[in-house]
Amino acid sequence: MSVEIDTSAFTEEAYELLSELEASLLELEESPADQDLIGRVFRAMHTIKGSGAMFGFDEVAEFTHEVETVFDMARNKTISVTKPLIDLTLAARDQIRSMLDAAAGGEPADKENAQKIIQGLRALVPGATGAKDTEASAKKPPAQASDNEPHVYRIRIKPNADIFANGTNPLLLLGELRDLGEECQIIAQYDDLPPLDSLDPERCYTSWEVFLTTKQSENAIRDVFIFVDDQCDLNIRLLDREEVLGNEVQKLGNILVQRGDIPEAELEKVLKPIGDRLVESGAVSSSQVKAALAEQNAIKAKRDKKVQAESATSVRVPSEKLDGLVDLVGELVTVQARLNQTASSRQDHDLQLIAEEVERLTGELRDNTMSIRMLAIGTTFNKFKRLVRDLSTELGKKIEMTTEGADTELDKTVIDQLNDPLVHIIRNSIDHGIETPDIRIANGKNPEGLIHLSAIHSGASVLIRVEDDGKGLDPVALTRKAIEKGHLPPDTQLTDREAFQLIFGAGFSMAEKITNVSGRGVGMDVVRRSIDALRGSIDVISELGKGTTITLKLPLTLAIIEGLLVQVADELFVLPLAAVEECVELSRQDVTNAHGRHVINVRDEIVPYIRIRDRFGIEGDSPEIEQIVISDVDSKRTGFVVDAVIGQHQTVIKSLGKNFEHSEEFSGATILGDGTVALILDLSKMVRYVEAEEDLNEPAAA
Amino acid sequence: MGKKIMTVDDSSSVRQMVGLTLKGAGYEVVEAVDGQDALTKLKAAPVDMVVTDLNMPNMDGITLIKELRALPSFKFIPIVMLTTESQAGRKQEGKSAGATGWIVKPFKPPQLLEVIKKVLG
Repeated sequence: MSVEIDTSAFTEEAYELLSELEASLLELEESPADQDLIGRVFRAMHTIKGSGAMFGFDEVAEFTHEVETVFDMARNKTISVTKPLIDLTLAARDQIRSMLDAAAGGEPADKENAQKIIQGLRALVPGATGAKDTEASAKKPPAQASDNEPHVYRIRIKPNADIFANGTNPLLLLGELRDLGEECQIIAQYDDLPPLDSLDPERCYTSWEVFLTTKQSENAIRDVFIFVDDQCDLNIRLLDREEVLGNEVQKLGNILVQRGDIPEAELEKVLKPIGDRLVESGAVSSSQVKAALAEQNAIKAKRDKKVQAESATSVRVPSEKLDGLVDLVGELVTVQARLNQTASSRQDHDLQLIAEEVERLTGELRDNTMSIRMLAIGTTFNKFKRLVRDLSTELGKKIEMTTEGADTELDKTVIDQLNDPLVHIIRNSIDHGIETPDIRIANGKNPEGLIHLSAIHSGASVLIRVEDDGKGLDPVALTRKAIEKGHLPPDTQLTDREAFQLIFGAGFSMAEKITNVSGRGVGMDVVRRSIDALRGSIDVISELGKGTTITLKLPLTLAIIEGLLVQVADELFVLPLAAVEECVELSRQDVTNAHGRHVINVRDEIVPYIRIRDRFGIEGDSPEIEQIVISDVDSKRTGFVVDAVIGQHQTVIKSLGKNFEHSEEFSGATILGDGTVALILDLSKMVRYVEAEEDLNEPAAA
Repeated sequence: MGKKIMTVDDSSSVRQMVGLTLKGAGYEVVEAVDGQDALTKLKAAPVDMVVTDLNMPNMDGITLIKELRALPSFKFIPIVMLTTESQAGRKQEGKSAGATGWIVKPFKPPQLLEVIKKVLG
């Protein structure tokens, strides 16, 4: 069991190192003389080799050793960094990866390929002497870790009796000392405490002995007492060194027992702790003994620590455990809402106070838990550098990729599901967007195309943008093509933005010929579906001849959304607040004026709407004045008619379970404070369903 | 609510800077323009801590500290003095008058907060 866990820690770390390696290699290609980068590449491989051997990945270790050997020569400037070297090292990286995959149960790695890479690398070495002993050059001077080693200090503080008169609180000083170190033991000495009748409460009779384990210097400790250095006796002594390092000599008693001179029980009888005996004899006071014992303990603890491995600063946890935690926090948020509702209806002040406290704690717990699952998107971005490099070479295009906001954090589940859609979008940009160098030059553009990948936070969402400076999309051509293929009725007029959305239709392709990369008309509809599943939206902006920008708007997390709670008859629904733009009233008069068409005039703009009452066949009469929640659905404003808007509601999303997984108009359900269930509407699916039905009912019109 | 701190200084810019820093850190702040003003206000409403300048008209900081330490409710509260001169003499004078600590001007907000935390907790 434990072995398994250990290797997974290694493979995970190795995967990380490999992506780091890849990123460094690609950067190195840009600036081949950068010694820093060469060092980074070398270190990444060195670590993989080292821990690989430690965890029993001998094949990985041996192979990496060969690659490392060659790169070590680059590091020592015996050979220079060339494109073949980078190509081979990248191939080697992939080889290591497939070796790791193989170890994790994947397909076995291609041994011949490994040999080829090694031979290729050896051929780069002048004289081709093969492997040289790298260990000699990798030898480093012994680490001077002593500065980082914690020390044990004994600090004796004996304040003057009148120290309180200056407003000094010695307890604060002790607290400050405690904050300095990892471990701190404080023993108070009351030996000077006078009998009660002569005790002056305004004077200080106590002194302290502190055993502090800290990495700070003695000066830092003295700084704590800067205001009181003339008001107390301060004695600081560094304890370890001889005390810690010295070898213990066997005790006399133990030797006697071992020699059989006395039975063990006899020894126990006389062998009282020396402290007790000294106290009994009156030589020392019991608090002095306590202080001495504390000193002993501090040193012992320090010695034990030395044996222990270096303490970890981060913990790796399987993500299922985190998912479990997030689920529990979701439940807690629901219960907390109920508690709040109950407390406010009871008029019980005490209960309300508790409810508020629980609300605050729950909020913090929720945010903390969510932040644990947050990952920077940078690693995903780095993968695309490789993709762009490989694809552009394949297609004979010159493309530079830049990234921005790599440290933007997103929920891990979102990041995991974002990879494929982004791959599709970038492939499309490279294949259809960016022109070949000769066309670019003819159009007066820089022969090198540009793809810019960026991520920024925007409220509770993250915007991920893929910009290219390619040929852009032609809205007229898109519309024509859609009509030709029968996706749209003839003579349809679309706005540019609506036309751009056509690229996400199933089976839609603008490519004249099918290439390896894209053009089969699968892809962008998959992108749309994946982003829908993430409750995100896609926006396309393009200018013919200038380029295209595709923006993905994604929620920070999938577990909790801000929702707008609405009511239709007795039913409650939640609309994702991120999509809601405004709420307007719909009177009977407005309905009559529209002559049966489901549209409303909002500030001279015609907005179509869907009546939730009709859609779900909810019985009962609608009120005189209804509410329309106008939302942005796939870049179109669409209204949803409800009886009443109740308000903003933080929604913990629960899945509907197997029986309802085909009811696609709902993305889930949530439990309200009073225990009622409200369904969460998937607005874009609803709009698409209604559109499809209308097309069926009146195929000629529209 | 946060603890209440009085800042005593004849320079309004120093009072403002100290006031803003302390309020920003969650303390409640009352201001006084000199020792006399401070003493009158403090007798009416006590505070948890005093930050005072030394050179002020009407009543200087050293006198203020002595006067305060003579009052039962101010005998043990932390009093920090603001000194422009970092000479030991002035500091010593303040300390024997009963000051808890000192801050040498000019100082930055984090330094001030560090000292407040040190003596007030």
